[in-house]
Amino acid sequence: MDLQTVSQINGFLAAFVLLTAFGMLAQKRIYSLIHLFAWQGFFLSVNTAIVAYVAGKHHLYISSVMTLSLKVIVLPYILHILVVKLKIRKEAETLVNIPATMLIGIALVIFSYYLTAPVTELSSLITRSTIAVALAVVMIGMLMMITRKHAVTQIIGFLAMENGLFFAATSATYGMPLVVELGVALDVLIAAFIFGIFFFHIHTTFDSLDVEQMTRLKEGD
Amino acid sequence: MILLILLGVPLFAAGVLAFVGDRRLAPEVNITGSAATFAAGVALALQVYEQGPMTAGGNFFFVDAFNVYLAVLTSFVSMTTAIFSRRYMRREREHGRVGHVGMRFYHSMFQLFIFAMLLCLLTNNIGVLWIAMELATLSTVLLVSLYRTPTAIEAAWKYFILCGVGIAQALFGTVLLYFAAEKVLGEGGDALLWTNLSQVSDKLEPTVLSLAFVFLMVGYGTKVGLVPLHNWLPDAHSEGPTPISAVLSGLLLNIALYALVRCKTLVDGSTQSHRAGDIMMWFGIISIIVAAFSLLRQKDIKRMFSYSSIEHMGIATFAFGLGGPIATFGALLHMLVHSLAKSSIFFTVGHASQMHRTQEMDRIRGLIKGNPLVGWGFILGTMAIIGMPPFGIFTSEFLILTATMKDAPLMTPFFLLGLGVAFAAILRKVQFMVSGDAPSYQKPMKAAHLPVLVHMALVLLLGIYMPDFLNQWFHKAVEILK
Repeated sequence: MDLQTVSQINGFLAAFVLLTAFGMLAQKRIYSLIHLFAWQGFFLSVNTAIVAYVAGKHHLYISSVMTLSLKVIVLPYILHILVVKLKIRKEAETLVNIPATMLIGIALVIFSYYLTAPVTELSSLITRSTIAVALAVVMIGMLMMITRKHAVTQIIGFLAMENGLFFAATSATYGMPLVVELGVALDVLIAAFIFGIFFFHIHTTFDSLDVEQMTRLKEGD
Repeated sequence: MILLILLGVPLFAAGVLAFVGDRRLAPEVNITGSAATFAAGVALALQVYEQGPMTAGGNFFFVDAFNVYLAVLTSFVSMTTAIFSRRYMRREREHGRVGHVGMRFYHSMFQLFIFAMLLCLLTNNIGVLWIAMELATLSTVLLVSLYRTPTAIEAAWKYFILCGVGIAQALFGTVLLYFAAEKVLGEGGDALLWTNLSQVSDKLEPTVLSLAFVFLMVGYGTKVGLVPLHNWLPDAHSEGPTPISAVLSGLLLNIALYALVRCKTLVDGSTQSHRAGDIMMWFGIISIIVAAFSLLRQKDIKRMFSYSSIEHMGIATFAFGLGGPIATFGALLHMLVHSLAKSSIFFTVGHASQMHRTQEMDRIRGLIKGNPLVGWGFILGTMAIIGMPPFGIFTSEFLILTATMKDAPLMTPFFLLGLGVAFAAILRKVQFMVSGDAPSYQKPMKAAHLPVLVHMALVLLLGIYMPDFLNQWFHKAVEILK
């Protein structure tokens, strides 16, 4: 594969990652959100494997496999089980309406390009053009956490953010050193167990996973 | 070797305590583990004091004057907190606020939390630093929600989500830092080591590092609890069990600030300007003022002292941002004395709220009559935290104030305003709580006096006399942070 094609494939996959991020922003149904999240992880994993092959970075294969197992299989599976167990059928409601969130999302993408321009300029890697996309995915994940009021959706936003960070590391530097990648993956796994426990606590205490009800801790009451 | 013991003991203790569970001796095991950790911390400090900075474990760990003093502080306060929590948690158990599983979980996570904080301090790798910081957050999230009340769960969820968002920004900052470092130091884990980075910081690309610092500032700043990223802090610090409030306020905030300051020295070296310091100064001064005015409105005793933590972290951040030998020295001292005084206050507050079965300040009355040692300990702690002489916080605030008047005179009135308002706000509330007759619903109970006495004695001592070894350490740390 010559560099031109690789760069194009990389851009193509980045576009899909961003597309799934926007998809999550627009999606109200929780099952579809989980599927979209799994797809995003899949595109990331494939992208990482291609970069690993082209750049000859063997540790990236490990990251790729880790992404595939953790973000495409384990996490969506855990989420799925939780959603089934807690009988969540209600569609996630948003604080801001969806077209408006999409517009904010587009603004965030432009902002990311602006912000990462100096980094892209300095980089000589074939993946440099996707750094901005990575930051955009992080920011869209953040936006999702802010605008959604369902606990599961917020967690998916959190995990999407983590996807964006992983993507950023792959595009900017061909991945962080292996010890860091492994540590981050471990943290994500621990976080998964914690939010799993949390869902049950919230569910038993508030009788639903709507975090809108959590308004008892306010100033001056 | 000592390093391995220092990190291994809490990790091992976490495992042991998971098995011991809710048996009768669990608190004692917890205390023994923390005491062993503290002993290892002191031994490490002695070694560093005699031989200077060192690396260990193939450059994986790095100890210098800056982090060793925080490591000793961390292990010391966790030991006293373990002593305090023995009686406190037993009583909570009797009151039925925690169950069987809760206690097992509490002890095990407490040790894991100490391990995470020590790893944060001692690692040489900024990537691992981030991981350990996240681990410290995760290990305390479920401790905050230990009581399973709706407010506790809300607080813990907020803590989890907001700190998750914040810390993600810090990871992006770390990626950018690695991006810049890789160009100079080559690929691989070595490019993320402090010892390497600090030597080549002037060669790192300034534009990238400035951008990285913005992300690091927002990320670690969230964990320090700086305004406007502080929303989670008063909730998380006030809803959890009191021993956890003590270590969150007294230790974890320090660790986050430590990470931020380390990153700042790299950025300063690269940009050769005071820009990073300016950002920190603004965050600091805004935190001081907002927290001081929020103090006025508080009704919950633990919430009030959580805001006071935001204020004091603001002071330390401001001082580190200001830079220069005097301000940095003051900031280092401030981190130390604030941590001791604040955890001691939480110990007495814990007893006071157990005696009254409430955290509402309006219902806490007549502490001195009810339990003189708790009452007086609370008064002394309050005096220390609002910066009355001769306590150590007065010394550190005075140093910082002097440096402010010299280097940033325009900030002085704002700084003083914050201190003054906080002084009045806290004193006004505390006065009523300690004086007067004990109300009928007050229940006398045995308190753990030792931790409070030791902490207050140390804060007082540091206000009057600075031991020579500490002085030397701080001077060395000031050199490192220049």
